[in-house]
Order: sequence, then C-alpha cells, then structure tokens
Amino acid sequence: MEKRLLLGDEAIALGAIHAGLSGVYAYPGTPSTEITEFIQTNKEAIEKGIRSRWCTNEKTAMEAALGMSYCGKRALVCMKHVGMNVCADAFVNSAITGVNGGLVVLAADDPSMHSSQNEQDSRFYGKFAMIPIFEPSNQQEAYDMMSKAFDLSERLKEPVLLRVVTRLAHSRAAVAIGSASAQNQLAPATDNAHWVLLPGNARRNYLDLIDKQDDMLKASYESTTNDMVTINNSDNGKWIGIVACGIGYNYVREALNGIKNNENNYMILKVTQYPLPTEAIQKMAAACKSILVVEDGQPVVEEDVKKLVNVSYKVEGRLTGKLPRTGELNPDNVSLALSKENKPVFDPAQNMAGRPPQLCQGCGHRDVYAAIGEVVKEYENARVFGDIGCYTLGALPPFKALASCVDMGASITMAKGAADAGLWPAIAVIGDSTFTHSGMTGLLDAVNDKSNVTIIISDNLTTGMTGGQDSAGLNKYEAICLGLGVEPEHVRVVVPLPKNMPEITQILREEINYKGVSVIIPRRECIQVAARHARERAKQNNK
Amino acid sequence: MKKDIILCGVGGQGILSIATIIGEAATEAGIYLKQAEVHGMSQRGGDVQSNLRLSTDPIWSDQIPTGETDVIISMEPMEALRYIAYLSPEGTIVTNNKPFINIPNYPDESALKSELEQLPNVQLDIEAIATELKSPKSANMVLLGMAAPYIEVLSVDQLRKAVSVIFARKGEAVVEANLKAFDRGVEASKK
Repeated sequence: MEKRLLLGDEAIALGAIHAGLSGVYAYPGTPSTEITEFIQTNKEAIEKGIRSRWCTNEKTAMEAALGMSYCGKRALVCMKHVGMNVCADAFVNSAITGVNGGLVVLAADDPSMHSSQNEQDSRFYGKFAMIPIFEPSNQQEAYDMMSKAFDLSERLKEPVLLRVVTRLAHSRAAVAIGSASAQNQLAPATDNAHWVLLPGNARRNYLDLIDKQDDMLKASYESTTNDMVTINNSDNGKWIGIVACGIGYNYVREALNGIKNNENNYMILKVTQYPLPTEAIQKMAAACKSILVVEDGQPVVEEDVKKLVNVSYKVEGRLTGKLPRTGELNPDNVSLALSKENKPVFDPAQNMAGRPPQLCQGCGHRDVYAAIGEVVKEYENARVFGDIGCYTLGALPPFKALASCVDMGASITMAKGAADAGLWPAIAVIGDSTFTHSGMTGLLDAVNDKSNVTIIISDNLTTGMTGGQDSAGLNKYEAICLGLGVEPEHVRVVVPLPKNMPEITQILREEINYKGVSVIIPRRECIQVAARHARERAKQNNK
Repeated sequence: MKKDIILCGVGGQGILSIATIIGEAATEAGIYLKQAEVHGMSQRGGDVQSNLRLSTDPIWSDQIPTGETDVIISMEPMEALRYIAYLSPEGTIVTNNKPFINIPNYPDESALKSELEQLPNVQLDIEAIATELKSPKSANMVLLGMAAPYIEVLSVDQLRKAVSVIFARKGEAVVEANLKAFDRGVEASKK
C-alpha cells in the first residue's frame, strides 16, 4: 500500500478527496488552512473538478456546503474553531434540516492559542447541535475517518463534526493511502417539509433529530477506533481508569512507556467518536479506583463522566487540577498527571530574550501605523480599534497603536459604538479580507447612523496572516464602500510608503475632522505575496 | 533506536526545508517519523521550532517530552538555548553561531557564546561557509551536514541522498551546490 508523509490537515484533505468529495468550502484560519490549500492544488482533486475556491466567511461556506449536500453530493466545510461562531446559525440549523449528500464540518481547535484569541472547544458545538463528532488521534485515523464520517452523515441524514487540534493539524506522519470513491450523482432533495424550517416543520424535524440520538450512540459503540485497552502490569496493582480523547491518547501511551517499575494497572478508553460511549465508561468505573480524563481543549468529557458516576467517585482531569485548566496537553503535563515528572537536565538559559512575531520589514501595515501614530498624538481621546490579521501586531511595540482586538469585523462596529457613546476620534483599522468577511455590515450600520468614525481598510490585496490566500473583495473595495453609502469624497485611497507620509497624515487629519463616516484605503501588496508573484512570473518567463 | 530532534530558528530562516529532507530520508528508509510544525502568526520573524521524532518503533506523541531531545539543530545561537530544557543528558546542540538580531534586547553576544560553549555543542558560522562556497542559499544544508552524524537512526549517506532527491526538480546545479554545502557541514562536524 502506498504511504505518504502528510500533515494532519493534508490527511483530512486527501481522505475527503478519496471519499468522493464534490466541494470544499472554507475561509482561511490557522490551523485549518492547509486542508483547503491541499485540495486546491492536488492533481486528483483538480482532475475531478472538486470545487475549492475560498469563501468570504465561514457562514457563506457552511450554507453553500449545505446547498451542495441538498443536491445529493458530498461537501466539506473547514474552519478554525472561532469560525464555528460565525457559521453557528447555519451549522445548528443544518442539524434540523438534516442533509442529503454527506456533509462534514471540520473545526480545527487551537488550545494554547498559538494563533487565536481563545481556546473554545468545538465539541461543545457538536453536542449543542446534537450530531456525531469525530476526533482522530493521529494522521492515519484522520485520513480513514473522512470516508467513515461521510458514510455516517449519509446514513443518519445529518451533518457530522470532525474536530482536530493544532498539534494534529500541523504534524506530519506517514499515512497509508486507500482507494478513491466516485462522487455522488446530482440528486436534489424533494422533501421540502424537511428543508423549509417553518415552525411546524422544524418541530417535526427536531423530534426526528432526537429520535436519531440512539443511532448516533450505537455508531460510537461500533466505532473501531473507540478502543478499550488494558495494561496489566501486576496482579496486585491497583486499577486506574483513563478516558483519553483524540491525541490525548498518544500522550498517555508515551507517558506510560516512560514509567519504570510501574505496578499500576490501566484500563484506557480511547475516544475518537462521540456521543461518548457511556456504557464503556460505566464498566471502567466499576473496575477501577478512579478515572483520569485526558482531553485537549475544555473539560467537555470530564463533565460528562462526572454525571455517569456516583458523587463520591474520583474523576480527575482539568477541573480538579490534575491537568492544567488551560493550554494544550503535552507529554509533560500528561506524564505528571500519571505521577511521573519529566525534569530538565540542564539549567535554564541565562542569555535569553523573547522573540515575538512582528510585521515584516517593508510591510505596508507598518507605514499605516506610523501615520496613525503621528496623527493620534494630536488628539487627547483618540482610540484605534483593531481587528484580526497580521496588522493586529500593531498592538505590540514599537507601534502600540491598538485599543482593542476582539473578533472578525469588530473594529468598525466597536468604533461605531464608541462614537455613539461620544468618543472622538474613533478610528477602526481592518484588513481587506477581514472587511469582506465581517466588516461590511458594520459599515452599513455606521452609514445609516451617520456615525462619526474613521475607518482604515489596510488593503494588502491578500489574506496575509494565513499565508497569502485570495481576498474575496479584491479590487472591489471602493465600489463596496460607495455602494454601502459612504460619500464619494470621503472614500480616500493612499499608497502606504514612507515617502507618502505627509500625504497620508494629512488625509487622516481631514477625515478625522469630518463629522461622519470616512473610509481611508491604504493599498499596497503584501511583500510576501509580491515576492511569490515575482517568482511565479519569473518561472512563467523561463518556460 | 529512536532520535528526537528539535529544529529551531527565526521565522523565515528555512528550518522546514531541513525537516523536509530528513522526512524524505526517513520515508525512504521505512522508519517511523512524526514532525510537529509551527505555522501561522509566529512565522512572522518570531521564534519557530519543529519537533521531529524518528524511530524504528512506532511513535506515540507528536511532541518530545522534556529532557529527551537527542539533537537540537538551530539556525540561530540564542534560539538553540531556548529549548535547553528539552535536551537529554547525552544530547548535542548543533547550531549556526551567527546571531540573528531583530529584537532590541538581544543578549550580550560574548556571554551567549560562552554559555553555549559550556554545553555539548557543535557550532559554525554557516552563512560564512555558504558564502565561501558561493551558494549563500544553502547555509541550512551546511547545518544539516553538521548534524547528520548525530542523527544515527539515518546514515549520513541516506541523508545526502535525500538532499539530491528534494532539490532534483530545481536542476543539477542546485543539487550540486547543496550537496557541496552538506559535505562541508559533515567535514566540520566533531563526530
């Protein structure tokens, strides 16, 4: 069998292609971006005509995928965990409509917040929507699970959630590749009552969804990757139960291998598919003195296990401090929870300094912040509301420009709310891709309210932070702003370069002093993407 | 046999291409490999690292436990020290000794140098060597060559072959330049 070295994300992508995928819908977000990128560039996917262009945001992605599923074809939606918040309306209601072709929603969680603003656990969303959740423990399972997930989705006629974490998404291992299935034929749904969520229909559908819960639980019991493993070290040793979810299982096995002369016995339940197989846990509780729950993210399973056992029974995990309450699991904290401390051998380094990420030298965002920094000094109460992207780094030295950064699009709406409260100048800084993702509706609110805000759309012609993906509104920003009702004389375009500093600062002052909505668009291509484009052009010319 | 390796440096220095070559050699040799990478925001001029685990037996965790790293391969001297807690008692640091200074509070260079010298280490100015070889882009291959004798679970020849495989699509001249850099690193290695 062919083996390929794949990132977890790539294994998911190839698994989906081989499961007969017809379309992937996604907005870039670390650590999920590489799934869609793989499908966009994979020869097999291109030959099969799998739809893979980036979407404007996670909600448009989720809804388009549901439309493809409606037509009987298999669709995949990919996003980072916070993207689940953006698509939550469509996601939760897709469990009420149910699906036609298989629909897999992939959420890549980021415990430890390597590139995120929180560490919310997407398994809560799966439970909330009452649908099955898959959580692979390694790259091979990630590949294999895609066809299982699509099959289960079509059998139950419900969407399924597949949850991974950063360490699986961005870790590489050899994966054995299976054979590819054909795509489904076009077969649009005919049962309108299921798809039109008027209250009368929705009530019936909701009862259907509740009826399916037993089937979902049965599927978890039958899953070949929800294993119970026993490690019998000593006939007289005490039995310890461990519920290990997804990659947590790997850390448990790593840690147990490292404990010398261990006399304890272990019953380990590897959980890779939910609903939680409750009977197995009750069996474990009967056989073991205590249960340790090892899960990456929030204590979702730990709370559920507590409900399955007596109040006095010992369940340990993140809630009891046996494992850290926050941050990702690692071989060290799991080992410590199993009573072995991994200690450093060498003394900590003396000559050491932090090296935080920073905006590239020559980046246009730098010139934007230099201009803002100069101008806001002139106003006592100026506040700059930030957004999500490379330019969030403007919060760090040397710029220290930002008063806030919350979620996609919040710069414009928070500036608007602050202006409503009487703050002046209220300035928003948002990137081009973030603006089309979630900024346009906020701008319309500001226009309708004639809010006194100055909005800077720092346009680098790409989605920069995730590696330079296409930006949905490319070359359309002035038209969008005018279309939403910003007055033409207050839509100003500048080129962020040091030599243009006098012009940029002058325009900033003018628009701050204008009592109404102004939009300034500093536009210069991301230097990373510009370099890539130059290489591509050189390659074309050599051909 | 197993070898746990931390590859590190500053975003943009090209540690992932070293990982790609070791990955190719491991796949060709049929041994187990897990390689955890860092993508996203921290790539922008911040510290970056990749945990690379090689073994003749199956590997569980994608990350290396504290105190178990056999080789730290670093494109930058201070970055090599950042992962010192992970180094095993028998482990070795293989590093470029030329600082990359993009922060205002970079430590005193001579103090850093003497701290590094008290640890099991091999260090070299890989950029100077690459420039001397007239292929400044292959500095990371000098570093890989220096580390090659310490990887053990893969032979120097297996790694050398992987260098030619990975660079093959860039043409004969690029392959030659990188092999020369790799060989020079092997020569400079203490082992």
